[in-house]
Amino acid sequence: MSISIALLAMAALALIFGAILGYAAIRFKVESDLLVEQIDAILPQTQCGQCGYPGCKPYAQAIAEGDAINKCPPGGDATIKKLADLMGVEATSLDSAHGQEDVKKVAVIREDECIGCTKCIQACPVDAIVGAAKQMHTVIADECTGCDLCVEPCPVDCIDMLPRPNSSAAWRWQLTPIDIKQVS
Amino acid sequence: MQSAFEDVMTKLNAKELWDFPGGIKPEQHKQLSNQTPIDKLPLPERLYVPLKQHIGLEGHVCVEPGQHVLKGQPLTKSMNPFAVPVHAPTSGTIINIAPHVAAHPSGLPELSIEIASDQQDQWIPLQPMPDYQQRGKMAILGAICDAGISGMGGAGFPTHIKSSPKKTVEFLIINGIECEPYISADDRLMREHAWQIRQGIDVLCHLLEPQAVLIGIEDNKPEAIEAMNVACRENPRYQICSIPTKYPAGGEKQLIQVLTNREVPSSGLPIDVGIIMHNVGTCFAIADAIFSGKPLIERVVTVTGQAVHKRGNYWALIGTPVAHLLAHSDYKAIKQKHPVTIMGGPMMGFTLRNNDVPVVKTTNCILVPADRELGGSITGDKEQPCIRCGACADACPASLLPQQLLWHAKAKELDKAQDYHLFDCIECGACAYVCPSEIPLVHYYRIAKADVRIEQQEKQKSDKARERFERRAKRLLDEQQAREEKHRLAAEARKQAMAQQGNDAKDKIAAALARAKAKKAQLADNTEQNTTANQAKSAAVTQANTPEQQPSDTPSTLQGSADDRLATGASANDRVQAAIARAKAKKASAALANDKLNAEATLPASGTNAPSSQNIETPLPTESASARKPSAVQAASAEKSKEKPKNRVDASKNTNRVENEGIADEALPKASVSNPLDEKQQKIASAVAKAKAKRLNNASKAESSQTKAAKPDTDENKAESVRAAEQIDSSEDDTQSDALNAKKQQIAAAVAKAKAKKAAQAAEKGE
Repeated sequence: MSISIALLAMAALALIFGAILGYAAIRFKVESDLLVEQIDAILPQTQCGQCGYPGCKPYAQAIAEGDAINKCPPGGDATIKKLADLMGVEATSLDSAHGQEDVKKVAVIREDECIGCTKCIQACPVDAIVGAAKQMHTVIADECTGCDLCVEPCPVDCIDMLPRPNSSAAWRWQLTPIDIKQVS
Repeated sequence: MQSAFEDVMTKLNAKELWDFPGGIKPEQHKQLSNQTPIDKLPLPERLYVPLKQHIGLEGHVCVEPGQHVLKGQPLTKSMNPFAVPVHAPTSGTIINIAPHVAAHPSGLPELSIEIASDQQDQWIPLQPMPDYQQRGKMAILGAICDAGISGMGGAGFPTHIKSSPKKTVEFLIINGIECEPYISADDRLMREHAWQIRQGIDVLCHLLEPQAVLIGIEDNKPEAIEAMNVACRENPRYQICSIPTKYPAGGEKQLIQVLTNREVPSSGLPIDVGIIMHNVGTCFAIADAIFSGKPLIERVVTVTGQAVHKRGNYWALIGTPVAHLLAHSDYKAIKQKHPVTIMGGPMMGFTLRNNDVPVVKTTNCILVPADRELGGSITGDKEQPCIRCGACADACPASLLPQQLLWHAKAKELDKAQDYHLFDCIECGACAYVCPSEIPLVHYYRIAKADVRIEQQEKQKSDKARERFERRAKRLLDEQQAREEKHRLAAEARKQAMAQQGNDAKDKIAAALARAKAKKAQLADNTEQNTTANQAKSAAVTQANTPEQQPSDTPSTLQGSADDRLATGASANDRVQAAIARAKAKKASAALANDKLNAEATLPASGTNAPSSQNIETPLPTESASARKPSAVQAASAEKSKEKPKNRVDASKNTNRVENEGIADEALPKASVSNPLDEKQQKIASAVAKAKAKRLNNASKAESSQTKAAKPDTDENKAESVRAAEQIDSSEDDTQSDALNAKKQQIAAAVAKAKAKKAAQAAEKGE
C-alpha cells in the first residue's frame, strides 16, 4: 500500500514538473539565429564568388553543411578566425586556390572609354553601377564591394580595380608612417 | 546615484569640491607663453580653410576658384543640422578648392579652400543682434550656427546643437581649466577678454536657462580667476570655482565629477546628468557672433616650446599655415636635429607631418619642443616591455585597466578590449606619462579604437551590400517571373488572334470553295439534267471530298475535279446510283459525326480545343463546307464539315443556280491568293487541327462500334465500318482512280505532317 502511495506521489510530481517544463519550453522559447544567418553575418558580403559559390549566402549554407571555412579571400584571416570560433573548428590559413587576401579595392570605370554596353551593370551583384544602354556608366564607389565581377564582362576593358583611397576617417594610427613631403 | 542639485550647491558654496580618480601632475611650463598679451599676426599670403573642422558633416562649397571673397563671407553652406559653415578669414581671391594636408594625425589631404589674401582685410557687412533677449531662441541658435561656431576645447562639437538640449539643464559649466602643460590660450583669453566671455555666458544662459552656472578655472591661473571674478561680479548666479591643478581636470567628464560628483554614463553625454559644458573660447566666439556679428574666423593659439624664441599667444586666422605662425615666433628648424611640431599639448596633441597644416577651430596650441624637452614618450622609440607595475591603472582618470587594454589591443582582441571599456578611454595620456617602460599606451588604444570603428564601418557596409544583393536577387526573380507571365499572356493572345484570323480566312476560303463546288455541281447538273441526281451529286461531291480532307486538302480538290471529270464521262445511271450510295454514306457519317460530337463534348481532354472547333464549325452551315482547297487548315474543318452534311447540301443547292463555271474558276485562284497572307497562321492552325482530327478520328473509331450496333441497316453498312476506310472506299468508288488517289493522299499526308511540324517549331520559337 505504502509503495503504491509513493509511486503515485512520484508519478504525480513527475506529471506536474513535466507540465511545467513543457509549458516553459514553449512560453520561454529563445528565437535564435539560424547557423546560416550567423555565418552569413560574418562573411564580408562582397558577393565575389571566389569561394566557388554564387555569393556569400550560398557559401554560408555550404559552411553550415560542412564545407571548409578558409575559402574567402576578401574576408581573409579575420573572417576565418571568426568562422572558426563560431563553428568550433581549427582556424586554418586561407586556401590559396581561391585567391590571396588583398587590399580593399574599388572598381573605377574609365568613363571616356565606356561604350555603354550595360554588361558590367548586369554583372554587378550589388547594383553599384549606374548607366543606361549607350550611355556612360559609372561606379557608385560607396556601394562597390570590390568583387572584380564587372571587369571580365567589359568588352573594352575600361574598368580598373584600384585600391581604396585612404581617408582620415578610416585611418589606423600607424605608429611608423612614411613621411609625407609636399612636392610642389 | 547622482548627487542632488542642492547637495552640490551647498558643497560648492562651502568652497568644497570632489575629486576624480587617478590623474597626474606634470610640469606646467605655462610661464613660457602666458607672460605676454595676445599678439596680432601679420596677414599670411595664403590661407587654407578645411571644409570640415568639427564633428559632424561638412557643408557644400558655395564659392568657386577665382571668386573674390570678403572677410567673414561664408564659404560653405548646408541644411544639415550637424554641419556648420566655414568663413573666409580675410578678404582675397579663392585660388583653389583642392585637398590640402589636414590638421589630423594622419596628415592625409582633405578638401580645403585656398585663399590668396589681398591684404585689405575687408569685412562683409555684419549683422549683430545686441537685442538677443528680445529675439527667439531659434534666431540666436541660427546666428550661432551661421557664425560657424563649434566647440573650441578640442572635440569641436557644433555649439548650436549643444545649446538646444531636449532636457532641463541644471548646471551650465564653463570650462576654463586648460589642464594640459604648455597651453595658455584660454588663460590669456580670460585675462584679457573676461568681459566678453561673460557676455557669451549670458547668451548661453538665455538659451539654456540653467539653474546654476559654474566657471571652472584651475588654481594655477590666479590672474584669470581674478579677471573672471571681476567680470562676473554683477551676476551672483555665476560661480567661479578654483579647481586644484591636476591633469586631466579639464576633461569634460573629469570636471563634471570634480564640480558635481556626477558621472557621465558610458557612451552618454553630460546632458544625461543634467549638465552642459562649454569652453571659454566658445563663449568668447558666441559673444563675438551675437554682439558684433563676426563669424568664427580667428582664435587664440599658443606658440610655445623651447625651440621657439618668441613664445606667446597669437590671434591666428583660421586657415593660417603653422609655418606662418612659426616664422613670426623666431623658430629655426635648422638648429634642431629632429624638428618636431606638435599641434595641441604634449599629452594629447599630435605630431604634424609638415608645417603647411592650417590652424583650425580646435587648434589651441603649436608646441615646438627642443630635442630633449619631452623625452622619448612622444615618439615612442624607447618602448620597453611592460613590467606590470600597475602605475597606469593608478593614473587612469576613467578608472580603466590600461594594462589589460594594452594586451588586448596588441593582440588585436578587439572584443575583449571593448569588454574592458576601451571606448571609455579619453586618450588623456596619463597612463603613458607614468609608464616606467615608456610604452605609448594611448597610441595602442587609438589603433584599437580605429580598428573597431573600421570594423563597424565594414560591418555596416557588408550589411548594406547583403541587403542590396538580396534586393537584386529578388528583383531579378520578379523580373523573370513577370517576363514569363508576359510571354504566356502574349502567346495566349496570339493563339486567340490566330484562331480568329484563321476563321476569317477560312470563311473566305470556304465561301470561294463553296462557289467552286456549286459550279461543279452545276456542271454535273447540266450533263445529267436530273434534279435528284444533282442533289445527290452535290452531296456526293462534299462527301467525296470529306475523306481526302483528313490527310490533306490539295489532293482532295484535285481529286474532286477528277471526280467531276470522270462523272461527266460516265453514264447517268451509274452516276445516279453512285450518288445515291454516297448520299447514304453521307447520312450515315453525319449520324456518326453527331455521335462523335457528343462524345467529344464529354471528353475532358477536348477542353481547350472545343471552342476553336466550334468556331470552325459555325460558319459551315451557311457558307458550305467545301472550304478546304488550298491549305492544311481544312484538315480540321473537313472533319467538322461532316457534322452538318444536310446544311451543306442545301448550301450547295442554293449556290448552284447563281454561279457558273467561270466564276468558280476565278474563285479558286482568289482563294489561293488570300492564302499566303495567312499561311503561317494557317500552318499553326493546321497543326492544331490535325491533332484535333486525330482525336476525333479516334473517338469516331470508338463510336463506330456503337453505331454498328444501333444501325444494322444494310444501306449503312459502309458507315458501320471504320470511317476513314469507308470514306476512302467511297471516294474510290466515285473516282475509280484508286492508285492515283492513294499516292496523292500519301504525299498530302506527308506535306501536312511536315507543315504541322514546322508550325509546331514556329510555335515553340514564338513561345
